[in-house]
Amino acid sequence: MAATVKQIWDWLEEVSDPEIPVLTVTDLGVVRDVDLIEDGALITITPTYSGCPAMNEIEENIRVVLSEKGIQNIKVKTVLSPAWTTDWMTEKGKEKLREFGIAPPEGSSSDKSVLFGKAKQVTCPHCKSTETEMISQFGSTACKSLYKCTSCLEPFDYFKCI
Amino acid sequence: MDTKLLEYTLRLGDNALILGQRLVEWCGHGPVLEQDIALSNIALDQLGQARMLLQYAAEQKGEGFTEDKLAFFRPEEEFKNALILELPNEDWGFTLARQFYFDTYNYFLYSELLKSSDENIKAIAQKAIKEISYHAQWSAEWIIRLGDGTEESHHRIQKSIDDLWEWTGELFTKDEIDLFAENDNIGPNLDVIKENWHEKVSQILEIATLKKPEAEWMQSGGKQGSHTEYLGFILAEMQSLPRMYPEANW
Ligand SMILES: [Zn+2]
Repeated sequence: MAATVKQIWDWLEEVSDPEIPVLTVTDLGVVRDVDLIEDGALITITPTYSGCPAMNEIEENIRVVLSEKGIQNIKVKTVLSPAWTTDWMTEKGKEKLREFGIAPPEGSSSDKSVLFGKAKQVTCPHCKSTETEMISQFGSTACKSLYKCTSCLEPFDYFKCI
Repeated sequence: MDTKLLEYTLRLGDNALILGQRLVEWCGHGPVLEQDIALSNIALDQLGQARMLLQYAAEQKGEGFTEDKLAFFRPEEEFKNALILELPNEDWGFTLARQFYFDTYNYFLYSELLKSSDENIKAIAQKAIKEISYHAQWSAEWIIRLGDGTEESHHRIQKSIDDLWEWTGELFTKDEIDLFAENDNIGPNLDVIKENWHEKVSQILEIATLKKPEAEWMQSGGKQGSHTEYLGFILAEMQSLPRMYPEANW
């Protein structure tokens, strides 16, 4: 029995991101395309950050999940263009991040005010206060910055807007 | 195969690779944890960009070439990175001064590569510019913090800014490869990058209460393959394992 494209998309929702396991690859928006090929599927993905060490693992996880579903021929292709942006993260994904204690990316990635400019106003995922300040532009992984909340005093990760 | 395009791609790739490799040395040695992580993140971005660029270069070279082969099995004179990137890290200020000069250059360069007539370079630039924007902001902030900080930090960062100055000229000096890229709209006119760079560097140094160096004599040679004695040591470390065990797998 051959799987449909829709089925494969549904299955891909079971593939989680190795660094932020509450997010699936579809929440993150790294899966660009699903195509049916002979005896299987071609999955097109796009890297988040160019040096992101999670990409190999994501590819591996996709293979594992789809082969468990009985897909025999699994091809994963990485494309650079169009470049991944945080705008591709789904609303559901952003909500999951917030619940997990990571502030989701704010606003559109086309906002270039970041360069030599002011840090963005980021809402604390714990108490919803906007009284927050950046501790470091670079956090525990390439995609995050480190912030602290001056209302509840908790530090938190912010998923950078790119 | 277009040898000039290959050469241009290698220059971009080697800049990213050698700087990334240098910065990795800071991992575990940064002054505070957050900044150690910041520099490691930047190194990782550089290595990621190097990988994409060298993949593209390998594709141009054809059968049997991979990005790993280019990184680990080329001799020194085949590396085409700018000299400033192979200099030893020295202290935190020196590393940051280099970062500031180079990130600012890279930011303006990649902003123009977004318009490249070469589809691959354009796609890589679209990816890289987002990361480079963060790097450039971070290093500029450090120059201001150190310059406008204590008396000691001010003197030390001024010295690094001065010492590194003669290594910046190479970034903007056109040779036939740069002219080829400019004429074919693959890369920008370096005069324009130079102008933008000077403007931004002057602006940040002024905020940082630092003096902009004025010396005119500049070092050159890296992008043509003539390196300082430092590159050999970087390569010896970076290449020793794959050269000893060519079939080694992660
Ligand atoms: Zn809070």
